[in-house]
Amino acid sequence: MFLTRYISDVFKGIKSLLTGMKLTGWYALHHRKEKITQQYPDNKDTLVLPERFRGEVVMIHDENNEHACTGCTACELACPNATIKIVTKFDVQADGKKKKAIDKFVYHLELCTFCNLCIEACPTDAIKMAQTFEHSVTDRTDLTKILNFPGSKIREGIE
Amino acid sequence: MYRETEILKQPGVGDPDVFGDMVINIGPQHPSTHGVLHLVITLNGETIKKVEPHLGYIHRSIEKMCESLSFRQFIYVTSKMDYLSSHINNHGCCLCVEKGMQIEVPPRAQVIRVLMDELTRLASHQLWWGAGAMDIGALTPFFYAFREREMINDIMEETCGTRLTMNYMVPGGVMTDVHPNFQKRVHQFIDHFKKKIDEYDELLTGNVIFQHRMKGVGYLSKEDAISYGCTGPTARGSGVNCDIRKLFPYEVYNKLQFDEIIETGCDCFARYLVRMKEMRESLSIVEQLIDNIPEGDIQAKTKAVLKLPKGEYYSRVETARGEFGVYIVSEGGTTPYRIKFRSPGYSNLSALDHMARGGKIGDLVAIMAMIDLVIPDIDR
Amino acid sequence: MPSLENIANSIHQWLNNNFSGPWPMLIEFAIVGVCIISLFALLGLVLIMMERKVSAWMQLRLGPNRVGPVGMFQTAADTLKLIVKEGMTPDGADKFLFNVAPFIVMIIAMVIMAPLAFAKNLQIWDVNIGILFVAAVSSVSVIGVLMAGWASNNKYSLLGAMRSGAQIVSYELSAGFAILVIVILTGDLKISSIVEAQANGWWIFKGHLPVWIAFIIFMIAVTAETNRAPFDLAEAESELTAGFHTEYSGMKFALFFLAEYANIFVVSAIGATLFLGGWQPLHFGTDTGFNRVMDYIPSSIWFMGKTFFLIFVIMWFRWTFPRLRIDQLLNLEWKYLLPISMFNILLATLMAIMGWYFK
Repeated sequence: MFLTRYISDVFKGIKSLLTGMKLTGWYALHHRKEKITQQYPDNKDTLVLPERFRGEVVMIHDENNEHACTGCTACELACPNATIKIVTKFDVQADGKKKKAIDKFVYHLELCTFCNLCIEACPTDAIKMAQTFEHSVTDRTDLTKILNFPGSKIREGIE
Repeated sequence: MYRETEILKQPGVGDPDVFGDMVINIGPQHPSTHGVLHLVITLNGETIKKVEPHLGYIHRSIEKMCESLSFRQFIYVTSKMDYLSSHINNHGCCLCVEKGMQIEVPPRAQVIRVLMDELTRLASHQLWWGAGAMDIGALTPFFYAFREREMINDIMEETCGTRLTMNYMVPGGVMTDVHPNFQKRVHQFIDHFKKKIDEYDELLTGNVIFQHRMKGVGYLSKEDAISYGCTGPTARGSGVNCDIRKLFPYEVYNKLQFDEIIETGCDCFARYLVRMKEMRESLSIVEQLIDNIPEGDIQAKTKAVLKLPKGEYYSRVETARGEFGVYIVSEGGTTPYRIKFRSPGYSNLSALDHMARGGKIGDLVAIMAMIDLVIPDIDR
Repeated sequence: MPSLENIANSIHQWLNNNFSGPWPMLIEFAIVGVCIISLFALLGLVLIMMERKVSAWMQLRLGPNRVGPVGMFQTAADTLKLIVKEGMTPDGADKFLFNVAPFIVMIIAMVIMAPLAFAKNLQIWDVNIGILFVAAVSSVSVIGVLMAGWASNNKYSLLGAMRSGAQIVSYELSAGFAILVIVILTGDLKISSIVEAQANGWWIFKGHLPVWIAFIIFMIAVTAETNRAPFDLAEAESELTAGFHTEYSGMKFALFFLAEYANIFVVSAIGATLFLGGWQPLHFGTDTGFNRVMDYIPSSIWFMGKTFFLIFVIMWFRWTFPRLRIDQLLNLEWKYLLPISMFNILLATLMAIMGWYFK
């Protein structure tokens, strides 16, 4: 009958509204332990990012300021959008032979898509992804980085 | 851009009358169009007479770009198309390349791929729920949805390294092995989410206001859904059997126990229910797989430079929005000759005009929320 | 501790002793005016802050917490921002109406405060048609809304204003019927006698079924009257326009904003007065110890507590429910709320005549 359906509609409607209100009311009263936000700039000291986080590409240098990059340009060929540019030079070794070595590893952070293909392509594990994420700069040329430290050279025995 | 509209427009149908009809824009910048979508709406009072989407605001010529990238390099671009199902898009591309080169993917990689797919589907549906509720007017479910989505994002961050556009799948398998904490974190997430999905139902599904906004709105019959080419939950809400995971199973889907969710309501509420139930199904798939990851390689051995033999290859996967297809035409070189991506959003959007006619503007917003549009997917 | 009525009485005595002629009354007018305006400003600060904090807690986050100890001065910072913003008038707008509209809405909100009983014997004007005055004056605010929409020279503002006007006018009927139930049970329109009649128990406990139905209808109707969610179609951000106050910026927008929150305070105060006993403390029958403790809490605290509880409920509605469409909104009023409230009036009259309520 119309009247019973009308009244039951009204009751069902009010009951559904009250169920929803109960949920948000519970969260409003227990907000201290249920909140999910972090106070970002204040918690920088305790912020821990996973080790696989793709922040930016860096070259691994050990304590003698040596790296493992042979200048094979595998990463440059693997990169989809020409973010990496390797400038090589010829090193004169002790026995007079000329060997190709890396002069500058130019990395354009403004073009990088963090796709990880360069890290996969490197045969000597010379580069990795760091966990930095605050990349804002005021001048665009600051985003073009040279990844090998000045005065560093390749470790012995890397081929 | 506007000249095409004049050529294709049929005179008389839906044109503004001499007086009484208003033509307004729901412009590219709008909080509820999920991207840059420009809709030109012809209104009579409050009733919609015609909806015309103008696309192209985020067209980045991805398909042309892929012609200059090698077969390993073009995969990352697809995760920037439909960024909410990024793993699934990458998966589709890898399947196509593997089909062309006849690469056999090891079982461990298959299971990891399916796990990542289902977690991505869950995350995408959670965001759909939160953002859809926000469009309808309820502003709190957005935060509840993001609380759960953050847990999935953290799992992805630990294993894949990124949170949104993950480039984790390569032709032959996955890039790196899962993190040792992966199983534990997924178990934590499953336990947490099982309680919360009932809260979602309490807050929104049973709510009488929400039901009145959704029921009877945006009617799309089964024949129309098939003729417009809608796939995914948009079509499954109208009774069409189109789950690729059941019709053309790939990876380990044929060994899993899960249901294809079909509803016959044909309106927005049916699509809503399809997605809510799909969330539960994805959760059960993740539960079935998480303890049974087989040991083995994570990547099949492939050459460093991939060359697909001459021919045409097509593969399809089921993203959170529908069927995503990758069609590669190769001339035998290292880069494809032509790639075409069949995006699910494009066909779903084409049915918007049909569904919205005769409704009100509030209905239009509800329909767009329930189709789950992601505009970069449509514009590529 | 000196109660507010003692302070008011002592000021009155002092003025009458030191001045003669019309001066005491005029000075009292000035004092009352200053008090109301400062109450308004204070309410604006407190209510906006409360809204932001309550919404944040429901959304699993903290509210503003940078400006001031727990973010207390956030609203002051916002007000400062709004004051120094440029107030632009659109080109073809009707200048006089455009400028007058926010002031009308503000003035109405302030005038409705006159008959309210803030504490025992603390009323500005205990007129003998108290509650009728409130209902009548609140109808005038529709004019301000329509003026704002028309004078903006913007078809979207006009659409929003028309919708808003239709909504306010419809829901006043249901709110009026709900108020009428209490008037029937009390037998008087005067606010002070309505509150006096609840000395032995609040109407929500004494009158049972009709008063409960009336309370629910009242809460829904006043949420719709003040254009709050889930009835905020006129100013919804994710729909088409920002409603009738699209074209306003700077101080005029601040006045609309403030008037909305003042309206919420006023309707909650009326709800607290009619249904929850005004400034009467909570008594439990014959339990004299409990009653004495309750009596010790000053009556203004009781009134404010009840009012803020109802304000919290109205904010709770906003952040839980989705929005209604305009036709569903009017549907709700004319097909559900109005028949139920008319039936409720009959029920309440029957109850009042037969005496079937707790006296």
